[in-house]
Amino acid sequence: MFNLGTFLLQLVFFFVFVGICVKFIWPPAINAMRERQQRIAEGLENAEKADAALAESQQEAEKILQQARAEGQQIIDQARKQVSSMIEDAKTEARSEGERILEAARAEVAQESNRAREILRNDVATLAVVGAERILSVDIDRSKHSAMLEELVQEL
Amino acid sequence: MASEAKEFSSQEYVSHHLTNLTWGRLPDGSWGVAHSAEEAAQMGLLSIHLDSLLWSLGLGIVFLVLFGIAARRATAGVPGAFQNFVEVIVEFIDTTVGEIFTHTNKMVAPMALTIFVWVFLMNLMDLVPVDLVPKTMSLAGVEYQKIVPTTNVNITMGMAAAVFLLVLYYSFKRKGAGGFLGELAFHPFPKVFAPINFILEGVTLLAKPISLGLRLFGNLYAGEMVFILIALMYTGGILLAGFGGILHIAWALFHVLIITLQAFIFAVLSVVYLAQAHDVPDEH
Repeated sequence: MFNLGTFLLQLVFFFVFVGICVKFIWPPAINAMRERQQRIAEGLENAEKADAALAESQQEAEKILQQARAEGQQIIDQARKQVSSMIEDAKTEARSEGERILEAARAEVAQESNRAREILRNDVATLAVVGAERILSVDIDRSKHSAMLEELVQEL
Repeated sequence: MASEAKEFSSQEYVSHHLTNLTWGRLPDGSWGVAHSAEEAAQMGLLSIHLDSLLWSLGLGIVFLVLFGIAARRATAGVPGAFQNFVEVIVEFIDTTVGEIFTHTNKMVAPMALTIFVWVFLMNLMDLVPVDLVPKTMSLAGVEYQKIVPTTNVNITMGMAAAVFLLVLYYSFKRKGAGGFLGELAFHPFPKVFAPINFILEGVTLLAKPISLGLRLFGNLYAGEMVFILIALMYTGGILLAGFGGILHIAWALFHVLIITLQAFIFAVLSVVYLAQAHDVPDEH
């Protein structure tokens, strides 16, 4: 059963194979694996960082959006207020303008009627004098009776 | 008698399967392959088991080529399927060795890898149907062929001896001759009993490679024997052959576990022994 040659040759094979593995197979294989491991770890870390950055920028964007929305609302509110005040102003102005025009018209009418009254008064005075002349058939001395005529005109 | 003749042929069948292709000095003085077990036995010391050695060498080269290709192509990029397969094994060995062997020695992990894969491949030959290769070879004129090197005690003991030499080398290197011999002589009894200690520790030390080699040999030899006996059942009529078929499948499936486990045990124990060789008592 025991065979020295086989035993010794297998012993030599063992050292040869182990030696080749130690020198040429193990180091490149294990190095590549370690390197890849490190790369994967770095990749995962970077992905995590990117995720955090993304969340942060999303938050930032949300904030900016909210701010813009609030600003827009403010501008709209302001514009509305301005419009209503402008309408109010226009209304007030129109009202006062109308009143002013009305007042002027009224003054004109009063003036006109006064003038008409004046004319009428003079006419009546003349008429009265003419009537009285006819009745009395005498000339009434206008200069003599001017005071009385004036008084009469006043009374009319 | 018929039964006697059959028994004889069975015995012949089995013993034929257990005979190595032996190369050495033939009785007529020339060098060549032995044509019978008797002839092989007569060759004595100056002979080798050609089949075991060639299969062992070939499978070792298969290992080196497969893993060499993977190592050459190894990059930090995305690995392919083959690359991945090899790296899984390398990673597995690396983790296992890392757990057992806490010293720094750059050759231990590659050694464990070599042992694990090489022994596994040699064991794997056990799953090849027992008659396939020997019958094919006999048609080609080769009379004997044992294709499982690990069923040859010389092969397993050769590897165990190699591990033992490494153990001795690192023991001397790490502890010094005095330290190593002191460890053998002053333990477990006081120094006065040095000779007794030396014998006890010497036996313990020698038991390591012997158990290492014989464990692998015993498991694989027994496994192969079962396969041969099952193969014998195929000649015993349709009923026995059918039963043999079922047994064959069952044993082969179970044997897948054994061959892997034995390869792993051989590798791990080698690492353990080397770790012990590196343990300097002061460290504790």
